Amino acid sequence: MDCQLDIFFLEALLNGLLLAGLLALLALGLNLVFGVIDVVWICYAELVMVGMYGIHFSYKAGMPFLLAAAIGIALVALAGALLHILVIRPVLDSEPINQLLVTGGVLIFLQAVATMAFGIEFRNIGISMGSVSVADMSFSRSRIISFVVALVSMLGLWLFLRRTYIGTAIRAIAQDRQIMPLMGVDSRKVYVVTSAIGGGLAGLAATLMVLNYDIYPQIGLQFGPLVFMICVLGGLGNMIGGFLAAFVISQFIAVGSSCFHTEWGYAVAFLFFMIAIFVRPQGLFGGKS
Amino acid sequence: MNLKLSPAAIAGLLAVALLPLVVRVFFGASEKYYLHLLIQILLWSFIYTGWALMGRFGLTSLGHGAFTGIGAYVTVMLWNYAGITPWIGIPIAVLAATIVGVLIGYPCFSLRITGHYFGLLTLALTELVRLCIVGLREYTGGSLGTQPKRYGDGVSLYALQFEPDRVLSYYIVFALWLFGLYVWWRVDRSMDRYALDAASQDEDAASSVGINVTKEKLKITALSSGMCALGGAIFAQYQMYIGPDTIAGLGTSLNMVFAVVSGGVWVMLGPTVGAVFTQILSEGLRVAIQSSATLKSMLGSAALALDGAIYGLLLILFIIYMPKGILGTILEKRARRRAR
Repeated sequence: MDCQLDIFFLEALLNGLLLAGLLALLALGLNLVFGVIDVVWICYAELVMVGMYGIHFSYKAGMPFLLAAAIGIALVALAGALLHILVIRPVLDSEPINQLLVTGGVLIFLQAVATMAFGIEFRNIGISMGSVSVADMSFSRSRIISFVVALVSMLGLWLFLRRTYIGTAIRAIAQDRQIMPLMGVDSRKVYVVTSAIGGGLAGLAATLMVLNYDIYPQIGLQFGPLVFMICVLGGLGNMIGGFLAAFVISQFIAVGSSCFHTEWGYAVAFLFFMIAIFVRPQGLFGGKS
Repeated sequence: MNLKLSPAAIAGLLAVALLPLVVRVFFGASEKYYLHLLIQILLWSFIYTGWALMGRFGLTSLGHGAFTGIGAYVTVMLWNYAGITPWIGIPIAVLAATIVGVLIGYPCFSLRITGHYFGLLTLALTELVRLCIVGLREYTGGSLGTQPKRYGDGVSLYALQFEPDRVLSYYIVFALWLFGLYVWWRVDRSMDRYALDAASQDEDAASSVGINVTKEKLKITALSSGMCALGGAIFAQYQMYIGPDTIAGLGTSLNMVFAVVSGGVWVMLGPTVGAVFTQILSEGLRVAIQSSATLKSMLGSAALALDGAIYGLLLILFIIYMPKGILGTILEKRARRRAR
């Protein structure tokens, strides 16, 4: 319970900042899919888990890490596209909550299949990058790399959406789902591409996750709710808002965990989230609707 | 309102009431096991019915795992650490869950948080309650769960413990189940039902004809969360074990949604059919795997997760092809045939 303004507190703050990069990247793919297709992938964290297993086993099979990561990203991108074609498309016109529930089915399915295929044990990829010490504070090197990669990929996505033709089409669809098909944009194709990119971002997040965390079939439940919370807090579909919300939430977790027990850090973050939504229903950083 | 039962309904109720006798005559050798199965079905039917009271009006909550969790944990904590009998503990637990339901419901409804946002917000509630349970591990046993302290030989009116006597347990949950159906019936025939139906179609139109949408939604939320808490408490008293994964948390919430969707959310017995379906599915798979040597050797310990995989797949198929659920679809087909 010792919560003083000392070097440990500063260390917690900075570690929270590093965690935020990872969470922001996780929120990015989900936000993209929501903003464009208007569905919530409840199974998003399970897609990340699929990617983590893919990378883990590719690496253990003797591939260099970057190749394994590329395979993982491609795998989840494919999974995202398949998820859209097989599961989301048939319910696209029904009630929004059905789209959320149907991906809930995917969540249960993927978790169970992972348990059957890989067992319940915790797996670690076994790449240790050591840590960096600055003025009595230590930071894990993999966390720093994750943070940088997360920032770079966010910039990449932003450039893609602004500078390419398909990126423009994606933004246009997100703005008006009814009109764009009349303008000659093939919304079916845009949806599949968006889902694949959303999946690819989940795969990229998985690459960073395997460096920092053990893999097990239930890992999705550990951080899935957190990612949804960040997206809602930032305003679902609002990518910059989600990015900022990741920093707010991760500070709650980091500081809460360093002062109390880990669960309480999370609990405080969830409580803050609920109160924040009631005060600003459009999201902390959302515009006026 | 007077309750008039059709002859078919009376026959059905009698049949359910006499099930323990049937079990004793035909399955006497493993009576305990079959009764346990029936108890599970009726108990979860009650909880699912509580969820469906909200679900039928488009209030798809992923937060009811929080209410069953509060019901179970408050009752057991009061008994274990304060010695308060469940006869007082359960009302306190139900009240606590109802208050939490209203506290989360009021801002949701007055701000018109619906659809995705409502689902995700209630999901956060589930997580919050689970984290509190795990965080208070000195009292709750954390993620390993805990047990209510046994009182005497295990069957006691004072401690509301009845687990060793399976026939008694059956009739307790049978009464609970009847109570759930009665609540559904009352709601179904009330003015509130029409108000809520209208609100779930179009909130603006509903409030323009003078319906206080927030108040109506709050009433049904209070009822639904209270029922789930009661179900959670009785679950704890029967199971004599509670853990965040069995009675609280996201898994419990999702199971509720799945069972009700598979049975049918808009019909009175839909949640019950859902409970029968999901229990038989998981038990059937378990028995099939246990008894078949080939399946066992093929799957090994992985067999434990097989029901999850089939669950998930079925949930997807149900929502895509049969959103009205098993019973809903059957009743609809029959109604159509009659109309012809």
